[in-house]
Amino acid sequence: MDNSKVAYHISEKFNKELEDIRNQVLRMGGLVESQIQQAVHALTTGDTELAELVIKQDSQIDELEMVIDAECTQIIALRQPAAFDLRLLLTVLRVINELERIGDLAERIAKTAIYLSANSEGRTDQYYELQHMSGLVREMLHDSLDSFARISVDGITDITARDEQVDREYSSIIRQLITQMMEDPRNITRSLDMLWTVRALERIGDHSRYICEHLVYMVKGEDVRHLTQAELELKLKN
Amino acid sequence: MLVPEFRSHSFDASSILRSSHKHDDPVESCIKVENLNLFYGKKQALHDINIEMPKKKVTAFIGPSGCGKSTLLRCINRMNDLVDNVTIDGKILLHDDNIYDKSVNVAALRRRVGMVFQKPNPFPKSIFENVTYGLRIQGINDKRILEETVEASLRGAALWDEVKDRLNDNALGLSGGQQQRLVIARAIAIAPEVLLLDEPASALDPISTLKIEELINELKEKYTIVIVTHNMQQAARVSDYTAFMYMGELIEMGSTTQLFTKPTKKQTEDYITGRYG
Repeated sequence: MDNSKVAYHISEKFNKELEDIRNQVLRMGGLVESQIQQAVHALTTGDTELAELVIKQDSQIDELEMVIDAECTQIIALRQPAAFDLRLLLTVLRVINELERIGDLAERIAKTAIYLSANSEGRTDQYYELQHMSGLVREMLHDSLDSFARISVDGITDITARDEQVDREYSSIIRQLITQMMEDPRNITRSLDMLWTVRALERIGDHSRYICEHLVYMVKGEDVRHLTQAELELKLKN
Repeated sequence: MLVPEFRSHSFDASSILRSSHKHDDPVESCIKVENLNLFYGKKQALHDINIEMPKKKVTAFIGPSGCGKSTLLRCINRMNDLVDNVTIDGKILLHDDNIYDKSVNVAALRRRVGMVFQKPNPFPKSIFENVTYGLRIQGINDKRILEETVEASLRGAALWDEVKDRLNDNALGLSGGQQQRLVIARAIAIAPEVLLLDEPASALDPISTLKIEELINELKEKYTIVIVTHNMQQAARVSDYTAFMYMGELIEMGSTTQLFTKPTKKQTEDYITGRYG
């Protein structure tokens, strides 16, 4: 962990405040990661108790978002941070917003898990693909939070590049679901539930990508939102 | 029908981007410092300074105590000439004229480059006499011209409404913030091109400080302003360009927005974020 960027303030208390905020963001990120894993696990195993737990735990993530938000506001009001300190706080505010939304998506998957366990008559098609896609987006999220902890954008384009792979898997599952719906209209209800689930995973990939973009702003002061993968790679090469 | 109408109401993002990046436009330079070195006796206080201050913009010098920012400011109207043992080499160009040229009339230079100090220093005379002092020295005694100048200068310094009914009262009866604005009125009464402000608000309360900052914002319509301040937030609020100095050297200069969000030098970053370098 590169502490030189957050430490060495003349005010020891300020160092501690920034360190606390970073730790809380990482804690929130860890919670969100485990929420995705548990939600997908609940869905593929039909474990409704686990799904209920995921739904309940989402309020912890919401609460953390508000606590971190309030702390950032307080630091901005009391310390008028500049340069890296300012960019760090702005990035934290953006990152916790992404994390909260990922948390909501995990909650949505958990709700679908409860519904599917009652209505899918034991069918498991697409679960393998779903687990694979879930593994991909969790890794993206994990690696982006790891970069946040290290305050480094080395390898950040490798993370964002994986979003394209996620999109490809998403399209392929959608094609399967459309085929099933055309084969037999009785598949439609289940297919739509599956569709919402893969859509949620695809969005988690997007939010993880946004976290990476916010990190580039934090480390380099460059706003790289709304760029294509190729443009992003070019920008970071310079 | 709907589509073209919708389009005509869509906002033009590029024009917004252009206006927020106006600092990138080429700006006319007013003061240009070239290879300036200054020694107090044997001690070198300024090391090879090269800097340009754009016309009708506010340039702020920031840096820790003793970094040379006030010394550099005082060079711009040759105030350092009054200090014993000072040697200066290099050039300072005011619109292409080197102010350190031997032929330069220093009194005339100081009429073009006015200065306001940290502590308000009105003369123990009436408000009217304070503002007209510079004109009287120049031999202007026409009552009508003097009255017009007093009103224009006091309005320019945002003080007119507060003192217009007591122009003959002693200036020392004004509050600190009013005195400072009076001193600014006195400086602009002789229509200088440049205003040098050395910590103009550091002895004032927060409300008076905000009034001075607001005033600086208005004054830059007419004058090129250079300000030295310890208060970084103040530099951030009032200036268009900021220069960071450290140990007699100019470390970095850039648009104020860039310098406070994305400084390029580590020393600047450490200073503005309150770290020990």
